[in-house]
Amino acid sequence: MLSVHNLAVARGGATVLAGLTFDVPAGEALILRGPNGVGKTTLLRTLAGLQDAVAGHFDYPADEGAYASHADAVKSALTVEENLQFWADIYGNAVSDATWDQFDIRDLRTRIAGTLSAGQKRRLGLARLGVIKRKVLFLDEPTVSLDGFSVRLFADYLRDQHLAQGGIAVIATHIDLDLAATTLELEPFTATDHQTDTGDEAFL
Amino acid sequence: MIALLRRDLMLATRAGGGFGLGLVFFLIVVVLVPFGVGPETAILSRIAPGILWVAALLAALLSLDRIFALDHEDGSLSLLATAPIPLEAVAVVKAAAHWLTTGVPLAIAAPVLGVLLHLDPSAFGLVIVTLLLGTPALSVIGTFGAALTVGIRRGGLLLSLIVLPLYVPTLIFGAEAVRRGVGGLDPVTPLLMLGGITAGAVALLPFATAAVLRMNLR
Repeated sequence: MLSVHNLAVARGGATVLAGLTFDVPAGEALILRGPNGVGKTTLLRTLAGLQDAVAGHFDYPADEGAYASHADAVKSALTVEENLQFWADIYGNAVSDATWDQFDIRDLRTRIAGTLSAGQKRRLGLARLGVIKRKVLFLDEPTVSLDGFSVRLFADYLRDQHLAQGGIAVIATHIDLDLAATTLELEPFTATDHQTDTGDEAFL
Repeated sequence: MIALLRRDLMLATRAGGGFGLGLVFFLIVVVLVPFGVGPETAILSRIAPGILWVAALLAALLSLDRIFALDHEDGSLSLLATAPIPLEAVAVVKAAAHWLTTGVPLAIAAPVLGVLLHLDPSAFGLVIVTLLLGTPALSVIGTFGAALTVGIRRGGLLLSLIVLPLYVPTLIFGAEAVRRGVGGLDPVTPLLMLGGITAGAVALLPFATAAVLRMNLR
């Protein structure tokens, strides 16, 4: 479903990863591993379409990609329900009733998001993935600030809902999510030639 | 798009949203001017159109850096960029939300505050019309400036420097139209120019805003 061929990605004008080639078939997850700064976030942002690839190409069904970053994109002045409803509206979906239990936020529905704890905010941020219903997920450290129970809850969601329905996920994480997933070690792909000339930089 | 507009209006009117910021600033400036200039009604009514317009312009400037900065900080902007809604539409909605929360309240409040400046009552209608016609340009140009400075910490200074020169034509024609109305002259020409600036800005700048946002999100 996602195929990446000879991809090179750059951060701040320097190529960080090069020669990446992999396929992720429907229903499978790919775990990205590597030390800090190796380029996990850069790779995910490139795949999500937020920045251009330096070389190579990748392909997945149009309008199926979704990105989840370190930040939760939670508006603290809105309630939990309003936050979730907003993303559902943007993607033209309804918030299904099951979402509240899948991410354990049913009791928080009417709370102002500003009063949530970091872990609760994270669960709300992840619940966005449940309402936008995209098949190709790019997740950047999705389990940050989650407790053991919530991590299992999220892994269950990925395995039993998302992957079971033919979705795929590319996940950068340091912990074991207990998913039947391929692991891709990114360190061997570190680019040796750091020179990139995009022309754009010169123009600016 | 409607969902985004509704969310932005909701955020603006809730606690800490900055809805009253521009309006209160406008009120303060207009109230302070008579104290600074002195109470001669002749002078006050002569400078009233200019003061009202300058104050409205600065009030609009005040809330510009919030347009994208907050969404950038909490990650919403990246997610909106990957959402099935074009960034051009995001730019239009952001400008519209800014206009509805600053431009419209300013236009409504202006005649009321005009009383404090001994503005000729016959020009009240013209003040509302010019502000309603001109403030959309202020919001759209400001949104473009906010997009340019979105990744920069405390980019407010840079934002003002970029945006203020672009505001000058709107200010000139807006204040001129009101002045002509007060003097009993025909205000149609400056009104047409004002409308032209707004129409041009609304038609073209959202594309520039979206292009700049894409660059800044990279």
